[in-house]
Amino acid sequence: MDLNPWAIATIAVVAAVTFYLGFHSSRLANTTPDFLLARRLVRSRRNAAALAGDYLSASSFLGIAGLIMQSGVDALWYSVGCVAGYLALLLFVAAPLRRSGAYTLPDFAEIRLGSMGLRRLCTAFTVFLVAFYLLPQLQGAGLTLATVMPVPSWLGEAVVVVLVTINVLGGGMRAVTVVQAFQYWVKLFAIAAPTFVLIAVIAQGNVPSTSVSAPPMFSRDTTVSVHTTVELSAGAPVRVRAHGTVDDAAVDGTTFFWPANTSHTVDAGTTLDFPAGTVVPVVTGEARDNGPWLTPESGGTTGLLGTYSMLIALCLGAMGLPHVLVRFYTNPSGRSARRSTLHVLLLLGLFYLFPTILGAMSRLYVPELLVTGQTNASILLLPQKLLPGAAGQILGAILVAGAFTAFLSTSSGLLTAVAGVLSTDLLPGRVRDFRWATVLSCLVPMALAIVLPAENLALTIGLAFTLAASTFGPVLLAGIWWRGLTWVGAAAGIVVGGGLVIAALVLNVISQFTGRWAPPLLVQPALITVPTAFLVVFLVSKATARHRPRDVNRLLLRMHAPDTLGFFQDRDGTEPDSGPDPGDRPNLANGKHSRST
Amino acid sequence: MSGNGPGADSPGPPRPPNNDPWPPVSTRPARRRRVVLADPQHPVTVVRTIVEIQEQTSVGEVLVRNLVRAQFRLAIGLSVAVSVLLVGLPLAYFLSPEFARLTVFGVRLSWLLLGVVPFPLLFGAGYWFNRLAERNERDFVNMVES
Repeated sequence: MDLNPWAIATIAVVAAVTFYLGFHSSRLANTTPDFLLARRLVRSRRNAAALAGDYLSASSFLGIAGLIMQSGVDALWYSVGCVAGYLALLLFVAAPLRRSGAYTLPDFAEIRLGSMGLRRLCTAFTVFLVAFYLLPQLQGAGLTLATVMPVPSWLGEAVVVVLVTINVLGGGMRAVTVVQAFQYWVKLFAIAAPTFVLIAVIAQGNVPSTSVSAPPMFSRDTTVSVHTTVELSAGAPVRVRAHGTVDDAAVDGTTFFWPANTSHTVDAGTTLDFPAGTVVPVVTGEARDNGPWLTPESGGTTGLLGTYSMLIALCLGAMGLPHVLVRFYTNPSGRSARRSTLHVLLLLGLFYLFPTILGAMSRLYVPELLVTGQTNASILLLPQKLLPGAAGQILGAILVAGAFTAFLSTSSGLLTAVAGVLSTDLLPGRVRDFRWATVLSCLVPMALAIVLPAENLALTIGLAFTLAASTFGPVLLAGIWWRGLTWVGAAAGIVVGGGLVIAALVLNVISQFTGRWAPPLLVQPALITVPTAFLVVFLVSKATARHRPRDVNRLLLRMHAPDTLGFFQDRDGTEPDSGPDPGDRPNLANGKHSRST
Repeated sequence: MSGNGPGADSPGPPRPPNNDPWPPVSTRPARRRRVVLADPQHPVTVVRTIVEIQEQTSVGEVLVRNLVRAQFRLAIGLSVAVSVLLVGLPLAYFLSPEFARLTVFGVRLSWLLLGVVPFPLLFGAGYWFNRLAERNERDFVNMVES
C-alpha cells in the first residue's frame, strides 16, 4: 500500500507519549499493590476514562465501521450492545464486585464459593479468553500498519507487543491506568476530528457524486487485489477484467461479463479491473443494494435471531471480560465504582456516534473494499478518497494513530489482566513474577497472531464476548445476587457454556472448509449458549445445595452493604476506604498521584 | 494472592525499608492515628445493630436480605425496562417494514433510533439507577443508625 509519511509521524507521537506517560508513572510504582491495582486510589473520573480506553478496542474503532459498511443499519446493534453491556455491568456487578474485594474472576470465585478447583478452572478460562481477545488486536495492528506503509503485517504486531510489554513491565496497573485514560481521549479525537472534516468536505460538494438510492458503484476505473478467496455476486450485470483465477479457471487479462444475481469465486492473488460506473459486486451474503443496507431487519427471521443473539452476547459479555473486571478493583469504594461506570456510559456513548457516520461514508466512497470483504481498513482509506493530497493524508494519519492507540490500550489492559491472574495464581505474586507473567503472556498470542489468518475484527471480538457471556456472566450474576450458588454449579456452568461456544466455533471453522453448511446461529451462538449456561448453573446448584458455602450471608453482606458501614475488607492490608469520595482526598490534588500515601 | 512481600517470612538481614517493595505490616512506619475516646455521634444502639448484622443474628439477616432484595428489584426493573426497548425495536422493524423505512428530515428514522438515541437512553438509565441505588443504601444506613 502507499506510504503515508504523516501516519508514521502520528504513530511515533502516540507511541512516544504512551511511553513517556508509562515511564513517568512507573517511577512512582514500586510496590505490588501499585502493580496489580494502582494502589486502589484512582479517581472515579480518570478511572472512567481508563475503563473506556480499555474497552474501546480495535473492533470498536475499525471493526464496527467496517461492519456497518458491509451489512448496514443492523450492524448498529453492535455499538448499542457494547454500551448496553456496560449498563448491565453498572446495574448488577459494579459496586458488589468492588466490595467483594476480588481482583480477578478467579479471585471472586474463590472468595464467594471457597473452592480452589473452581479457581483453577476460572484461571484457565481467563487465560484462554484473553488469548482469544488479544489475537485480533494484534492482527488488526499488523493490518493497520500495512495499510499506511509497505511493511509486513508481523512488524505491526511486534511493535504493539513491544510497546505494551514495556509499559506493563515498567509500571503495571498504575502506569496502565494513566496511559489508558490518555488513550481514550486520543481515540475520541482521532475518530471525531476526521468525521467533522469529512462531513464539511461532503457538504461543500467537491466529491464524486454518489447516491444511496443506487447500488454501490465504482466512481472511477478501479483495480482490486483479492488477498483471500471470496465468492462475489452483484444485483446488476458486471463487466470485469481479471488476472489470476476466477471460477477455478486460470485467466490472464480476460474480460468477463457476469450476469446479475450470479455467484463467482475469485481465488486469492487475483486482480480485478473494474471500469468506472460498474456496480460493485460484494461478498455473497452481504447487502448488495443500498435498499436492504438502509433498512433494518431486512434479513428475515434468521436476521432477527442473529440480532438478538448478538445483543445477548454483548450485554452479558462485557461483565465477564477479564480486563474490564480488573479495572474495577482500582476504585476505592463500591460507590465510586458505580460512579465511574456511569461516567463510562457517557464516554462510550460519545465515541460510538462516530463509527456509524464513517461506516456509512465508506460505503459510498470506498466501495472497492466490498469486493474483498476486508472492510476493517475502510475508515483508514476513506479520507484519501474524499480529500486527495496532503489534507487527506493527514486525516488518514490521525485515524491510523487512533486505531493504533486502540490496539495499544486494549492490549495493555488484557496483558495487565492476564499477567495479574498468572502471577497471583501460578506464581507467588511478587513484582518480579508479574513481570515474568507479562513476558510469557504476550509471546504466545503474538506467535498465534502471526500463524492464524485474520477475520473481521468485530466478529472475532463478538465471539470473545459470547464466550465471556456463556461462562463468567452467569457465574458473576448468580454469585452476586443468589445465595443458592455452589461451586459445583458454577463449574458446570463454565464448562457447559464455554464448551458449547467452543464446539460452535469448531463446527463453524469446519463448515467454512466444507461448503458453508453451518446455520447462522452457529456463527453467533449466544442465543442458545447463554440461557443454557444459566440453566445449568441454576439446576446443578440446586442439586448440590449441601455444597453451599456456610458464610454466604456474610459474603452477601460484604458485597451489598453500603461502604460507610465498613464491612468490606481488602485483603492486602490497605484500609477500606469508607471515608469521603476520593475526589476530595488531599493526596490526590490536581488529579496527580502523590507519593506520600 | 499472597499479601506478603518477597521474603516476608524468611529469616535474613533486615532490608532497608525503602527497597522492600511491599513491607510486612510490622516494619511499615506507623501511621498517624487520631485517637477518639468517645464518639458522641455514634450511640450504643448503632454499634449494637452493626454487631447484629455482622454476627448474622436473625435481625441482621433480615436487614441485609431486605437491602439485597431492594437493590436487585431496582436493577431488574431498570434492565427489564431497557430490554423491552432493545428487544422491541428489532421486532417492530421485523413486523412493520413501513416503520423500518420511515424517513424523518431526509434521514432514515431507523439510523437515528439505533445510532444516536440509545446512548443518551442508556446513560439516563444508568444515572437513574445510581441515584436510586445510593438512596437505598442511605436508607439502609439510616435504618441501622436509628
